[in-house]
Formats: sequence, structure tokens, C-alpha cells
Amino acid sequence: MGAPLLQVKAVSKHFGGFTALSSVSLDIAPGERFGLIGPNGSGKTTLINCISGSLRNEGGQIVFEGKEISRLPAYRRTRLGIARSFQLPRPFHTMTVLENLLVPSAYVTHLRDSEGEVKAMEILRSIRLADKAHALASQLSQVELRKLELARAMAAEPRLLISDEAMAGLAGAEVDEVLQILFDLNARGITIIMIEHIMQAVMRFSQRVVCLDAGRIICEGTPQAIVGNPDVQRAYLGA
Amino acid sequence: MKYWISVAVFLILALAAALSGVNEYVFYAGYIVLTFVVLSTAWNILGGYAGYVNFGTGAFFGLGSYSAVVLFKALEAPLIVQIIAGAAIGAALGFAVGIMTLRLRGIFFAIATVAILFIMETLMVNWRYVGGATGLQLLRPEVMAPFGSYTRMLFVVMALLAVIAVSVARYIQVGWIGRGLRAIRDSEEAAECSGVPTLRLKLFACVVSGALMGAAGAPMPMYLSFIEPASSFSLNWGVSALAMPMIGGTGHWIGPVIGALLLGSIQQIVTVTISNEINVLVVGVLLVLFVVLAPDGVVGLFRKWARRSSR
Repeated sequence: MGAPLLQVKAVSKHFGGFTALSSVSLDIAPGERFGLIGPNGSGKTTLINCISGSLRNEGGQIVFEGKEISRLPAYRRTRLGIARSFQLPRPFHTMTVLENLLVPSAYVTHLRDSEGEVKAMEILRSIRLADKAHALASQLSQVELRKLELARAMAAEPRLLISDEAMAGLAGAEVDEVLQILFDLNARGITIIMIEHIMQAVMRFSQRVVCLDAGRIICEGTPQAIVGNPDVQRAYLGA
Repeated sequence: MKYWISVAVFLILALAAALSGVNEYVFYAGYIVLTFVVLSTAWNILGGYAGYVNFGTGAFFGLGSYSAVVLFKALEAPLIVQIIAGAAIGAALGFAVGIMTLRLRGIFFAIATVAILFIMETLMVNWRYVGGATGLQLLRPEVMAPFGSYTRMLFVVMALLAVIAVSVARYIQVGWIGRGLRAIRDSEEAAECSGVPTLRLKLFACVVSGALMGAAGAPMPMYLSFIEPASSFSLNWGVSALAMPMIGGTGHWIGPVIGALLLGSIQQIVTVTISNEINVLVVGVLLVLFVVLAPDGVVGLFRKWARRSSR
């Protein structure tokens, strides 16, 4: 493994007296498909909020491509190449699908609208959302909203994409469709962190999986190793 | 191009009317309507585009008026200097309000802007130099050359300010800044993660909005030949500045202009024909009607109609 793309070094986060993350460390390699699992409240979303900049970590460092980023505001991190989707879709609901994608293309890749639209349509075609390009985001179905989250993240041309439960609440065929989109992105060289509750999807997708429980990493390894690990089973099923 | 021709035509008409023999009352009433165009356009930059509802328009407006009075009393500063000072003070207050958006959103932000209004009023009530609670009588200087009266001159000045305000709002709306502000209104977190520097854009919107409101307030003391805190910092400024864009439509720069012309004119007519008190009632009733029946305002109604007739 060469130099890691992202290094999380001993990151901690507290909310009042509650410890959401205690000294979590991770290295993620360029091009990796990385899975993050853990029961509800284990700190998965807190960790990626710290990575994307929605929250500031208290202790430790976050290093992206050799640069310490944990004091940068979220928009600067997006411009450096970290994009994310939200667990509960947060579309720009008064805009069309196409306009949603023009926000990152204006603010991250600094394209003019004419160029941005061409690129946005390419992205929408690649995830089969092109027919909804001119629909208002508020009129989309649940699976379309998930796709829009990913499409908007892609319009920022990230090197690291964090997918926060992009498949939660979707039906079987829809899960496969979103999973395929993520595989395609990874094939184009984008590193992906996937947070997911749908075990089958994480296990199929990830090359390496980390399991969080109560703000600590309890286990790390290949999907097969994780499934067989007694700590993971205990965390999910109880002792 | 079409926009700038309309602007030129409007300014020429305003000037021609002011130099003609039209009844003085037209300018007296027209000045107020144009003030509302500036205020509602300024309000819409923050409230309509970025979604931060400001009830404290009166704080910016009143502070603009008082900056003008202080400069006039201390230095006999000319009107243009008073307006620039009003804009500068309004921008400074806007910056402070912008910092507040870091912590306060939605209804809490709106409440804080009301608090700012009361703080400003209290400060002026307790400042003897500007007349305290009783206010200050002001003697207008000589009117400038081509104009027959001071009110006519102020009418043209306010027409110019309205054009500046609307042009600024239009520039913001159609460009990348407007897209960023809309993204903030829809979801601030998602905007930030799409590369939008949310704090900087909110500060920008607050400063521009505040500066325009302050500038609109600056000529008011000369218009009335009088200043006092209760009417300068009245909550009614804020209610009108909010109701007019809502009625006209908040998404487009023309919305607040339509709202201000419509509501402002109705108010003036009602004041003359019925009574001054009914004014506020008119604003309230129209606002409720539009919020319930046409939430996207006149612009929204027009769009709906255009879509239907194109089918």
C-alpha cells in the first residue's frame, strides 16, 4: 500500500458527557472500497461528519492527501476532493435536478453554466436519472433522491466519496442499482467509503471493513473476517 | 439590454415628472412607494434568496435616518454624503447580523432581528444629541438647481436608489451568488458540502441588504423635516418589507418591485381616502390572502398562467 489518501489519526468527539468517538484511527488507500459498519449510535455518521467537515473533531488529526484538514470548513474540504451524500437526502428542493448539480459545478469545479450543464447531463445519464433532469427535486421518488445525492456529490469531481446509507429504505432491485453506480464510480478511480446497514450490500462492495461500536473500532478486516468475528456479532446481537 | 432600456425610460420619466407641473402630492406619495421598493428589494436579498427572515428592517432604516441626521447636524453634510453614511452604517449592522446567522436560524434568527430593532430604538431614545424621545425638528437646506421643491428632488433621488437596489438584486439573483444563496435556503448543510462558502455568502447578503436599507432611510428625515425614534424604528417597516416580496414573489427580483408598487400604492390611496390606521390592516389582509392562496406571489400566479396558456 502506497501513501494513504485519507488518514484519520486518533480522532475524538464528545457531545456533552457522551463520547461519540474515542481515539479512532483509520488509513484509507487511493482507489479503495471501504466499508464502515456498526450498530445504531456507534459513531459512524459522527466520524464521517468529522471527515467531511460538518463537525469539528476534538482530538487527533485528519489528513487528506498529506494535508492536515481538520480545521478547514466543509466547503474547503469539498474543494480539495472530499464529497459526501447525506443519510436523509437533502436536495435543493426548489431547484431542478440539473440545477442541483450546477451548485457544485459553480462552486467546486468553477465551470460556466453551459459547460456545467453538459457535464451534469453526463453524470445524470450515467446513473439513469437524465429523464428527470428538469423535474423539481421535490417531486422525486425515494430512490431518485438517493441517486440525486450521489449525482450532486459526483458533480464536485471528488477523489473520495463518502456514501452515508445511500441504500437505506430501498427495495432489492434498487439496492442493486445504487450498488452498481458505486462500483462504476470506483472503477473510474474514486475512493469510496460506504456506510451501510444492509450487510449484504457492504459485504459485496467492500474490500475492507471496519466495525465501530460505542465510538471505538472493535474490528477491522476483510468482509469474511468481519462476519465471523465474535466481537462484531456481540455488538450487533448483544451478548 | 431590455432591462437597462426600461431602467433608462423609468429614470427619464421620473425626472421629467419632477420637473413638470404635476401636483406636489404625487411626489410626496411616490417617494414613500419608492422607499418601499428599495426596502422590499433589500429584504428579499436575504429573506427571499437566502431564506433568513428579517423582521428588523426598521433597525437598518432608522439607523440610516439617524446617521443622516447626525451628519447633518454636526457638519451640515450634503444629502449624498448622508446617504453614503446611511449605507455604510446599514452595512456594518448587516455584518453583525450576518455573524448571528452562525448560531441562529429560522424563527430564532427572526426573533433576534426584532430584538435588534428594539435595542436600536432604545439607544436613540436615550441619545440627547439627536433629540431623544421627542425627536428633532430639521430645517431643510436650499433645494438644488433644476428642482422646484425639495420633495421633488428627493423623489428623483429615491428613484435612483430604487434602480440601484433592483439592479444589485437582479445581478445577485441571476449569477452564481444567487444560486449559492438558494442552495443555502434549501439546505445549508448540503450547500456547504457542495462547496458553497455559506458563511461568506450569508455575510455578503446581510451586508448588501443592510446597506440598501440604511441608504433608503437616510433621506427620510429631510423628507419629513423631522425625526423621532418611534416612527423611525417602527415594526411596520419590517412587516411591509416582508409582506411586499411575499405578495410579489420572493424568487425573482421583480417580485418585491411588484409587491411594493402594488401594496405601497394601495396604502397611499387608503391613507387619503379612508384612514391612516386601515393601512396596516390592508397589509395584513393581503399577506394572509397571498400566503394561503398564492404562496409564490404575483410572479408565481403569472408563471402558472403562462404555463397553462403555452399548452
